[in-house]
This record gives sequence, C-alpha cells and structure tokens, in this order.
Amino acid sequence: MEKVYSRTTGIREDMVNGFCPGCMHSTIIKLIGEVLDEMDIMDKAVGVLGIGCCGLHMEYMTYDNTTAPHGRACAVATGIKRANPDSLVYTYQGDGDFASIGLGESVSAANRGENITVIFVNNGIYGMTGGQMAPTTLFGMKASTAPKGRIAEEHGYPMHMCEILNQLTAPAYLERTSCNTPANVMKTKKAIRKAFENQLNGKGFSMVEIISNCPTNWGVEPLDSLTFIEEKMLPEYPLGVIRDK
Amino acid sequence: MARVFMKGCEAIAEAAVRAGCRFFAGYPITPQNEIPEYFARRMPEVGGIFVQGESEVASINMVYGAGSTGTRSMTSSSSCGISLKSEGISYCASARIPMVFANISRGGPGVGSIHPAQQDYLQATKASGNGGFEMLVFAPSTVQEAIDMTYNAFEYAQRDRNPVLILCDGVIGTMMEPVKLPEMKTDEEVAAFKEGNKEWACIGHGKDVKRSWIEPGHWRGQEDANIEAAAMYETWDKDVQVEEYLVEDAQIVIAAYGISARVAKSAIDILRKEGIKVGLIRPITVHPFPYHSFEKLDYSRVKAILDVEMSIPAQLIYDVKLGVNNRCPIETCLRSGGQIMSRDAVLDAVRKLNEK
Repeated sequence: MEKVYSRTTGIREDMVNGFCPGCMHSTIIKLIGEVLDEMDIMDKAVGVLGIGCCGLHMEYMTYDNTTAPHGRACAVATGIKRANPDSLVYTYQGDGDFASIGLGESVSAANRGENITVIFVNNGIYGMTGGQMAPTTLFGMKASTAPKGRIAEEHGYPMHMCEILNQLTAPAYLERTSCNTPANVMKTKKAIRKAFENQLNGKGFSMVEIISNCPTNWGVEPLDSLTFIEEKMLPEYPLGVIRDK
Repeated sequence: MARVFMKGCEAIAEAAVRAGCRFFAGYPITPQNEIPEYFARRMPEVGGIFVQGESEVASINMVYGAGSTGTRSMTSSSSCGISLKSEGISYCASARIPMVFANISRGGPGVGSIHPAQQDYLQATKASGNGGFEMLVFAPSTVQEAIDMTYNAFEYAQRDRNPVLILCDGVIGTMMEPVKLPEMKTDEEVAAFKEGNKEWACIGHGKDVKRSWIEPGHWRGQEDANIEAAAMYETWDKDVQVEEYLVEDAQIVIAAYGISARVAKSAIDILRKEGIKVGLIRPITVHPFPYHSFEKLDYSRVKAILDVEMSIPAQLIYDVKLGVNNRCPIETCLRSGGQIMSRDAVLDAVRKLNEK
C-alpha cells in the first residue's frame, strides 16, 4: 500500500502538544516540519522562537532551536545566519513579538534584506499573557487591556505588517495566508516552502504572515474562531502575495 | 614584537580579532565608537562579520545569535548602552553562550556625560541584567592591559560558556599608548574553536542526532540550571587577579581600580618620597573581587583605607568594606560627572589622612 501521509519528523513522537484546543499553532508547526522533511533540510534548520505561545513548542521540536528575548528574534536570527550562512534560519513570532516590541528589529532586518525567513503568526491578540490588546487587534475587538474594544482614537489602527514591509526595497517575498480552511492550509504550506527556498537561493528576507486564531482569548469555540477569521480578520488582513521578486 | 601606538578602543578591537573573534555587532555611542568603526574596517580582512545593529538591543541579540553558533563573538557599548544590552546579556548567561563585551564607561546615571567615569561598578559586578547571574569582570588600567584582558577574555568565555565583561573607563578607551599586540590566531585555530563548539551550537543538527537546544529559560529545571551555574561561579576563586603595590609596610592603603588606580599609583611614588607609608590594592578582576587582599592586611599597622574612584556616590567601597570588615576607617577620594581623578586630589587626601 502506498504511504500518502506520515507524521513530520520535526515534532517529537513522545510529546503531546500543549496548545489550547483548536489553536492553529499546532497546524503551522506541523506544516513547517513537513516542509523541512520534504525539502530534506531538517539538518540545516534552526528555529528562532519568539516569546509567548510561539515559544511553547520548543520542547516538541526535534531540530535545533533557540528562544529570543521578546521581539528580538530577527536580530538573533541575523546573528545566527551571518555567523553560519549554511543554516536555514527562520523566526517564529507572534504579533506582539514581531509587530509591537520587536518592530525595530523586524523592520531593520527586512530593510537589510537579511537572508532569513520570518513565520509571523497574527491572531490579533496576546495569547500566553491572557488576551491583551496587540497592534493587530481589530476595531471593536475586546481585549483584557481594551475592555470596551479597540478604538482608533485611543489605540490607533490595526497594523498591516506585510504592507508596511512592502514599503521597503529589500524584502524578497511577503505573503499573507491563513489556516482557516484546508485550501488555505495548503497555500500556507506552499508559502512556507517558497520562503525557505528563497533563503536557500540567497534571495534575502522572506516573510509569511499567517492569520491565525486564539479561541481561548477570543472567547469563542474553535469552530466559531474559523468564522471569525473569515468574517472579521480577512477583510482587515486580505490574503495574497504582497511581494515576490 | 615591535611596539605600536594605539588607542584603547582600537586596541581592544584588534586584540579581539587576534583572539579569533569573527563576529561583532554594535551601535554608536561615545566614547566607544572606535571599537565598531575598527571592526567595520578589520573584519572583512579576516573573513569575519561586522554588523551595525539598529540599536544596542539588536546588537547584543545578534551576538547572542552568533555566539549560539559557536563563533567567537563580541559587542561593546558605554554605560546607558550597556543598560539596554542587559536583557540580552542575561539571556547569554542563562543560555550559557560564550561572548565578550566591553563597557567603555561614561558618566551617569541616565545619559550622564560622554566623559570618562567609573559609575557602572555595581551594575558590572553585581547585576548586569536580571536573574542573579555572574560574570568574570576585568578592569584594565592601561591600554596594554585592555589588550591582554580582551585577548584572554575569549578563552575564559569559552572555558565557562559564559559572558565576560571588560569594564574599561573612557580614559583607557580613548587614550593612546605604545603597546605590544598578542599573536594572531591562525585561520585553522579559529575554525577549530567553532568546530569544538559544534556539539552544543545552534547550527542545524537534524533529527538523527541530539539537537541543539539553546535555552535562555529552563522551564523544567530552572533550579537545576541555577545550581549548575552557581557551582561554576564557585570555581572562580582561582581567577582572582589583584595588584598589591607597596602594601607590605603601608599605614594607608588606597583601594582603586582602572584609571583611578593608575593615577593613585603615581601619587604613591611622590608620597613615599615624603616618607608617607602608603600602598595600593588594585583589583584587576573586579568580579570575583580580591577580598583576601584586604582581609590579610595587618590592621595593627594599617590605620586607614582610602577608596579612590571616579564615582559619586562611591561604589567600589561596598566590596572594600566587606574585605576590611570594620577593622579600620575607610575614607574616600571621589570624582564624578566626567571629571577625571587627579593626582593632586589623591595627594591631598593621603596627606590629610596621614596627619590624623
């Protein structure tokens, strides 16, 4: 019988992942592992994990990884990649990490065209710390630090990182995907693969922004979180390739 | 080897290159700009990497990343810039990443002044970041010492897999002196350093071998990690370095480090000709501190300690007090805010003490 699917070798078999039920981190981490398997580059891979839920999977990974201080993943990845160019170096960061505290490191690494890959998981909220407002929180969306919901006059506007980085000359590839449907999961996997291939081909900074969910802190059932992505998140963060050069 | 005339900051950078440092990231701040500028010119000549980070915060994290690959790595800054690096330094200590950094210290607190000072003693020796980690901290009083300490710092960093700090005041950083440069490590030696770190380095091991897991936090064994680190710190007694100058018969003992010690030493030579029995204890490692040099003094002879430093309030004095343990009075001779310690100030202070 032909084997058409198997568990990625990038995740330990003796561990059960500890993400909340319905959380898309599990899916995204699996996709990264699958791409590394399929490209046969697990022995080159170095993951630089952000602080927050992003760092939760450090124990499940079977390949090299480190954890950066909050927001500094792109700087740490810069150091690793420059000092060891043969490694395949990617960061795995949430919206608080990449777009708030790490904005300087994120924009600067992109502007230098660092030959790294950023997997930016945007669920519009701080997960691990308990649902505080993020720079990507939608208008009207309630957060523990915006109990009446986000309003422009007080909190500013949701930040569109792909579009912000698209103002720069250096980035090679910027795509926004989601994991809310099987078709989008496959598109996300394809985008991750392309971003990794870009790095191996020396094309420079590539980022895949993945619109994700947080059933726990959104206060919705996992299935309803998919509807929320479709109806609320995607109109604000339209999917597609923003830059491919 | 012939002597060359070099500025402290540039000499530190050259010493690092000769020790095999092949990654430097830094950010401009006076009075240490000559360090990143020198690396920017020098690194391409030796196949090394120089990155001007977008901030001190980014620079230390680049070094955290480069150090994680087993590459000899360095950063530098000055005072308030070091404060910005402190989170990353703590991460390096926690993850046991070898790296070297230099603080060419200036006035403080806050932005302070750009002029030389010794206002960072307690930060450097007691808490260069959160979490209670420790580092070897070397305090040069000449450009030659800054070179030798930087060169050796990479060996200590490698030995312990721990950050090492060169606590250098702005005087040593910006003055020029004739110096002898240490031997250049060969390309083969530099490659061997990195190869030797391969087992733990975060460079891509793959699924079939033990992965490298750089842990700045130890979720399942933080206490064990802290116990292991503390045990390593306990081995540092052997690394204590101190200069004792004319202490054997001294009735007044000056405690000073860095440029203040050098100024004090020149005052001692004058005071000795006046018949005043004065000596100097100069911590060369300010952490671990040479408490023993103060503990072993004959306090039936020593009538006072004079703490000389470019810091107001005094900071070195806390370690001196621990060594002296109330066995004689401790007076101070202090400057601050970018004012360099003068020999006349030391002369006056010792003469007054001698008259008491």
